[in-house]
Amino acid sequence: MSSAPLLQNAVGLENFGHSLKRVAYVFRPQRTDELPALFEQARAAGLTIGLRGSGRSYGDAALNTGHIVLELGALTRILDWNAETGVITAEPGVTIEQLWRHALPHGWWPPVVPGTMFPTLGGCLAANIHGKNNWQAGPIGEHVVQFTALLPNGQQVTCSPQENSQLFYAMISGMGLLGIFTSITLQLKKVHSSHVRVTAWTQPDMAGMLAAVDANKDEDYIVGWLDAAARGRSLGRGQLHRATYLHAEDNAPQQTTLDLPASILGIPKGVLPPLMAPFVNNFGAGLVNMAKYTADRWLHNNKTYLQSLVEFNFLLDYIPGWERIYGRNGLVQHQSFVPAAAAESTFREILKLAQRRGLPPYLAVLKRHRPDKFLLSHAVDGFSLALDFRVPSQPARLVSLAEEMDAIVLANGGRFYFAKDGTLNAERARAYLGAEALASLQALKAQTDPDNILQNDLYRRCLAN
Amino acid sequence: MTAQTSLPSEAPLTRRKRAVVVGASSGIGAALVRRLAAEDFVVAALSRSPEPLQALANELNTGGQTRAIPYAQDVTKLEEIPAMLQRLVTELGGVDVFIYCAGVMPKVDINEFDLEKDQHMLSVNLAGAVAWLGQVGALFQKQHSGHLVGISSVAGDRGRVLNPAYNASKAGLDTYLEALRNRLSRHGVHVLTVRPGFVDTQILANAPRSFGVISPQQCADGVWKAIKSGKQVVYVPWWWRWLMLAVRNVPSFIFRRLSF
Repeated sequence: MSSAPLLQNAVGLENFGHSLKRVAYVFRPQRTDELPALFEQARAAGLTIGLRGSGRSYGDAALNTGHIVLELGALTRILDWNAETGVITAEPGVTIEQLWRHALPHGWWPPVVPGTMFPTLGGCLAANIHGKNNWQAGPIGEHVVQFTALLPNGQQVTCSPQENSQLFYAMISGMGLLGIFTSITLQLKKVHSSHVRVTAWTQPDMAGMLAAVDANKDEDYIVGWLDAAARGRSLGRGQLHRATYLHAEDNAPQQTTLDLPASILGIPKGVLPPLMAPFVNNFGAGLVNMAKYTADRWLHNNKTYLQSLVEFNFLLDYIPGWERIYGRNGLVQHQSFVPAAAAESTFREILKLAQRRGLPPYLAVLKRHRPDKFLLSHAVDGFSLALDFRVPSQPARLVSLAEEMDAIVLANGGRFYFAKDGTLNAERARAYLGAEALASLQALKAQTDPDNILQNDLYRRCLAN
Repeated sequence: MTAQTSLPSEAPLTRRKRAVVVGASSGIGAALVRRLAAEDFVVAALSRSPEPLQALANELNTGGQTRAIPYAQDVTKLEEIPAMLQRLVTELGGVDVFIYCAGVMPKVDINEFDLEKDQHMLSVNLAGAVAWLGQVGALFQKQHSGHLVGISSVAGDRGRVLNPAYNASKAGLDTYLEALRNRLSRHGVHVLTVRPGFVDTQILANAPRSFGVISPQQCADGVWKAIKSGKQVVYVPWWWRWLMLAVRNVPSFIFRRLSF
């Protein structure tokens, strides 16, 4: 029965939030030179190709329902590494973890990392991810020296801010719709220690949080956690973490084999998810948020301590599979990026709205951002608020809440982020990206991918028309 | 040109479920398409003859909503089945519920041994079923989910004087479904065997002395209920379970003297 060879490759795939279950024909190339044949196979079968790294997108960016998905996570070779200059060239399946484990022994650290070390470099560039240092360091794309890519039209290109710069600024942030990265060259950051100096303190309300984040935006890292359950005058209260790199003269720790702790508050990590399960509902999550704020406020406020770069940056990796505790329907993250002047009123409004709709977020994180030059940029000169929602048994309730929150964000000049998004539609995506950016994307796509082979669920949902 | 999903873009979280009904042009199949469409499924309706399917789709696809999509496929053309399944997966965007209900029962006299009729029954009722259910079963195993449904019959419970090949085809289907269930339940796949009694369809014209006849809609309601509740084997209507328990236990020395 060779008439449908692709059926052999059918696999059930999920998004990182486990809120979507889809089927696709999955291929996992071991070498970049297998890619042209896979394009041919897709063309022959009349199917599109979606790209997937580690599958860490919260929404549907790494899904291509009913079509082909190329998992690039096996392309993990480090192609070149210069320990003197900190310039590294790697295949797109190299993860952030592989990158820092490779570079840190030589005193280098990825200049921009997300809250988890499991994403691949290809995925990080496609989403143009940011870290807790977005104001200082920009998105990861600003640290890309150059990349090579295979385009669906058969061309192999090299792109840098100088060479093929239009494609450079579009493929980074382009969600894998224009071509496949085959090698990525990054300039890493020199560090004098494996540790950073962290200060943690609390603020009693939204205005205080925003002002504190803003006042510390020139620090190396600044991030805020919000008590998502707080209401009234306390709405938006939370805790801030500021971190600075250590200098050679700081007599700083020089550990190179860093790992996350095996237990949290004395509890082994493996047993935490079942222990947390009773708290993954509106009441329990509210309790946890309140308890955390209270402890942060009264037990260890204004503390300064040394923490490893790994422990500081990769909070999401402390409990592997933490996203599973959101249960069968999974989780959705709604992250909005709002200009500084409008941030306070906008964030207050969407938090109150979510509480009023009976769908309070269980986790809320605040960061400072600045604009960048990439085509599908999510950044603004302002703040982002990332809200994690448990998908309720009637998901339509959350879909309509997201729509209401989006309207508030858009009315205030805000933007969204495709690495997280799972609820936008084409109309709202156009509203923040602008017709010009979408036209540029389509014009570039017409050159690099004239048959429109590279697609994914996100593309068809938000960008295709 | 690449294949395009003909369905409009949906909000991912509230995407409608997908179903495939093989043998959907009339009878229980058509009733199941209507029932699943009413349950907000997008249903691919397959049958050898496309015209009645088109009429069914036109009836259901009102108000700009795509509820049923017709596909022409002759289940006796086994070699076409994998490619058709691949096409369905792409065009529907996956399959959540698959129902095989293609079945034929020509009129067979008590002393008639007709090779052509027997072969046709085996090929539609059993060979086509094995081909479709096996391919979809493999897909469901890999996606770790899905409801796989076969419309068997009370006629598969015993071999009777009236239509040996029909009994054998349904008994074969029944056993195949049981084996699939044993293979697939460990992968999170639900396999449902439906054993309808007398249902008011074309088949009934060739079944003398029918009683307790239900409409195809009633049968489809029973199937849907069984899918939802995760039943393994279900008689429709329910009382056939007890009747067939008795029939199955009639000793052969009596059974072979009976004329039904």
